[in-house]
Amino acid sequence: MTNTEIYDKLKSAFGPVIGEWHEQTGGEYMKRLSSYADVADTSFIRDVCLYLRDEPGLEFDSLLLLSSVDNGDKTLSVAYHLESKTMRHYIALKVTVPLDNAIVPSVTEVWSHANWQEREAWDMMGIKFLNHPDMRRILLDDDWVGHPLRKDYVYPDYYRGMKVPY
Amino acid sequence: MGLLDKQDNPFESSNIVITGADTLLNWARLSSLWMMGFGLACCAIEMMAASASHYDIGRFGVIPRPSPRQSDIMLISGTVTLKMATRTKLLYEQMPDPKYIISMGSCSNCGGPYWEHGYHVLKGVDRVIPVDVYVPGCPPRPEALLEGLIKVQEKVRKQSLGKTTV
Repeated sequence: MTNTEIYDKLKSAFGPVIGEWHEQTGGEYMKRLSSYADVADTSFIRDVCLYLRDEPGLEFDSLLLLSSVDNGDKTLSVAYHLESKTMRHYIALKVTVPLDNAIVPSVTEVWSHANWQEREAWDMMGIKFLNHPDMRRILLDDDWVGHPLRKDYVYPDYYRGMKVPY
Repeated sequence: MGLLDKQDNPFESSNIVITGADTLLNWARLSSLWMMGFGLACCAIEMMAASASHYDIGRFGVIPRPSPRQSDIMLISGTVTLKMATRTKLLYEQMPDPKYIISMGSCSNCGGPYWEHGYHVLKGVDRVIPVDVYVPGCPPRPEALLEGLIKVQEKVRKQSLGKTTV
């Protein structure tokens, strides 16, 4: 299936939960992998993913990438790139949450390899994932203050007595 | 067998070498600078190339050791992150005196490409431990690393039991 066909199927199954389709510019490869559907209601993302995994004909068995974006307008986004290894098709989803209340349901129950990627999104961007089994920082130390890839991140002057700026 | 057995002419068999204690000890130390087997980032690849048969750092008596307690030199080969800096300091403190540090590459000299936006990088390993020789490069070629090692050997050669290090 092409990813627009998958989008139409998703739209007919979930209705207003699924938002607009964003066609990616660039080559065929970019269009196929990176054109994405907005998921308007964030709380449904786990159900949408479960549907995409279990529905016959879709069978998305792999979460290629879970990444996070700071849009710079007080919102954060989480992007899901999905692949079906058996059906050989792709789709991408995106949810957007406000900066001061960045909570997204976890998809670790759907794909267990989302675990570390969600931990990275928490570490770098400060997005909390509901019902995640192990919501700790993955790269930085536990006593680190703030989430460094946010646009409003203030660099620390000292970390454990070591001067940080050049 | 010893000098006293040949009191008439102890030097006749020409098996005896006379030297200063400093010269002998320094020669022994600089010819067996055991290195801590410790790689941090991409500079470690060049360190491995220097250890391999083509450049053969072993001909200078440098043997990689698995423990800081058996090491004379530590090669800071790569980016020192703030998380690793605390560990690097601990390893330095575990090494027995006299100990020498070679800072290899731009990252550990001054932060390298991370000097401005590297929130997680220590801008120069000399902020936590004293450095004897800086080897510039990104990464330095094995020849440059060998030159740095020879500089350490020159430093050891000038040292004396009677006074503290130069």
